[in-house]
Amino acid sequence: MNLMEHQGKELFRRAGIPVPRGQHAASPEDAGNFVSANSGEWVIKAQVLMGGRGKAGKVKFAKSADETRAVAQEIMATPMPPNRQNPKGEPVNSVLVEEKLPIVKEAYLAIAIDRTTKSPVIMVSPFGGMDIEEVAEKHPGSIAKFFVNTAIGYSPFIGRELAFKAGLDPGYRKAFPAIVGGVYDLFFRYGAKLIEINPLVLTTDGRVFASDAKVELDDDALYKNPEFKKWEETLPLDEDEKLAAQAGLGTRNFRRFDGNVGTIANGAGLAMATMDAVKNAGGNFANFLDVGGGANAERVRNCYELVVNHTGAKVMFINIFGGITRCDEVAKGIVEALNTTKSRKVPLVIRLTGTNEELGRKILADAKMTPVETMDEGAVRAVELVSA
Amino acid sequence: MSIFIDKNTKVIVQGITGSEGSYHTSRMLEYGTNILGGVTPGKGGQKSEHGLPVFDTVHDAVDATGATHTCIFVPPPFAADALFEAYDAGITFAVCITEGIPVHDVLRVVATTPGMRIIGPNCPGLISPGKSLIGIMPGHVFKEGNVGLVSRSGTLTYEVVDLLTRTGFGQSTCVGIGGDPIIGTTFVDCLREFANDRQTEALVLCGEIGGSDEEDAAAFIKEHLPAMPIVAFIGGRNAPPGKSLGHAGAIISGTFGTAQSKISAFEAAGVPVADRPSAIPGLLAQRMPATV
Repeated sequence: MNLMEHQGKELFRRAGIPVPRGQHAASPEDAGNFVSANSGEWVIKAQVLMGGRGKAGKVKFAKSADETRAVAQEIMATPMPPNRQNPKGEPVNSVLVEEKLPIVKEAYLAIAIDRTTKSPVIMVSPFGGMDIEEVAEKHPGSIAKFFVNTAIGYSPFIGRELAFKAGLDPGYRKAFPAIVGGVYDLFFRYGAKLIEINPLVLTTDGRVFASDAKVELDDDALYKNPEFKKWEETLPLDEDEKLAAQAGLGTRNFRRFDGNVGTIANGAGLAMATMDAVKNAGGNFANFLDVGGGANAERVRNCYELVVNHTGAKVMFINIFGGITRCDEVAKGIVEALNTTKSRKVPLVIRLTGTNEELGRKILADAKMTPVETMDEGAVRAVELVSA
Repeated sequence: MSIFIDKNTKVIVQGITGSEGSYHTSRMLEYGTNILGGVTPGKGGQKSEHGLPVFDTVHDAVDATGATHTCIFVPPPFAADALFEAYDAGITFAVCITEGIPVHDVLRVVATTPGMRIIGPNCPGLISPGKSLIGIMPGHVFKEGNVGLVSRSGTLTYEVVDLLTRTGFGQSTCVGIGGDPIIGTTFVDCLREFANDRQTEALVLCGEIGGSDEEDAAAFIKEHLPAMPIVAFIGGRNAPPGKSLGHAGAIISGTFGTAQSKISAFEAAGVPVADRPSAIPGLLAQRMPATV
């Protein structure tokens, strides 16, 4: 689960990480009212999960309540422009009003999980305010990393060492170790997969602030912090995840794509290989779907309906390897599912291999369905049907 | 030989009276796994439906049975605790089937249990065909032989093994290392063991997008196993970046973790990468004869 900036900053406050003074506002009126009670110069920032707010004109400055209302109105009037990962863009439902900081320097601080060392890695760069990928390209060698031994945990020397290694402006030094400690604390306290402060700002009067907040929480750890349920409801839902959950699947088990060959397989690895097989056969897959263990009739029907109702599938390739699951049971499930579904019918190609495969194929053949013997054959057949 | 487990391996099951644990204990016993008992807190002194003794704690189970290996079927919130308990009781090898354990729990466990090998979490376990099976793999698909296999997935592994078995390539040990971002045992850990195993004469590695385990494995092969016949497969070649596909670990971040990076690394190490599972036996046959 990715948090909005204002939610991330709420967590920062709990850990003592300094954030600019401000107010989260759900309407231009609220934003204006806050500014009328608090004079000064303010920055109005769209609260969205998508990146690139600045370039999209969704971060603007204001000096008065009226100006704040007008700017917030403008920011909220249109959604974030679409990009490759968010083809629909993202509506702006609220803004964050924050004091405009007199900035001297912008640095970068993040903590993530390093798979190779199996430890948290803290990353620091003196080049903040741009994507870390861009920093890595333009200033290779400027990113200092520290792999934390979780048995020891965080100790202030880690922050000092990182500041020296990254060559941070000396103005950061006093505040920095405690800020890194706060980030490390949040990382474990709330089960974060990523916490990024970009930029970490140094002001003309020598103060340090987290000017932005990017926090990704581990979905598997959300049960430990029931309060996040409330936050989750305010976040834009991932449509694919929502659909997967409605069909009784895990949120990671379904993804939609642009093609016209629907796929259903058991197991994530096999489901990915099934998509690859469709591509190898010269076709385009409409989705990724891992039906999970125990492909019974209800489950198969839910998955079938999920794909035909929500993707551009013109043909369905069902690819099941019966390991623990027996092929005859899966076959019965498929026949029953397709006899009882009220959704549109598309041609089916079914590949069943493994335990009791002959029995399974016979059940399908008796129901006038065409089973194939291998994954490659099934993919070729499905692609043929779509072109026919 | 074989790696990690053989017919003498003494195993207990944590969560033996739960539905998953109980069902798969039956399957493992059928396969011939030397399971000596199980643990379910509060049910100590009872017998499981398989007639095995149930203990309240892992300590009790280890004291009574001398088990060195455990298979863990407890729900995600309690899985880290189960692993710590196993470690404290002197277990040296833990197979953790549980899916959906918070990644920070896994980080804490792997950082603080030196000397205990963990397979998984979120894995199908491992099998030394004809000898022992710990986990949830369908034993009958496998056949004893000299090909070692390491894989990040479950059903895809069975698919590949089925293809190998049908084409005359039996297996020494097959390890499903799991699809999570943080796992106890990596490709390289398995390669180290296979390098010293006399039964294993060839290897099949089934990777997928995400992380850099496959790249690390390729580097290891280049340095330590240049003469071993090895074939690789990478699942998710056509997956777009930014979205996990099924496995939490199967995610491309920016340009990191792509199939192309893994394929290039294997090819640079002289390891051919099959473009589909069905091409694996053929590539293997070019490097070693099948023994039907």
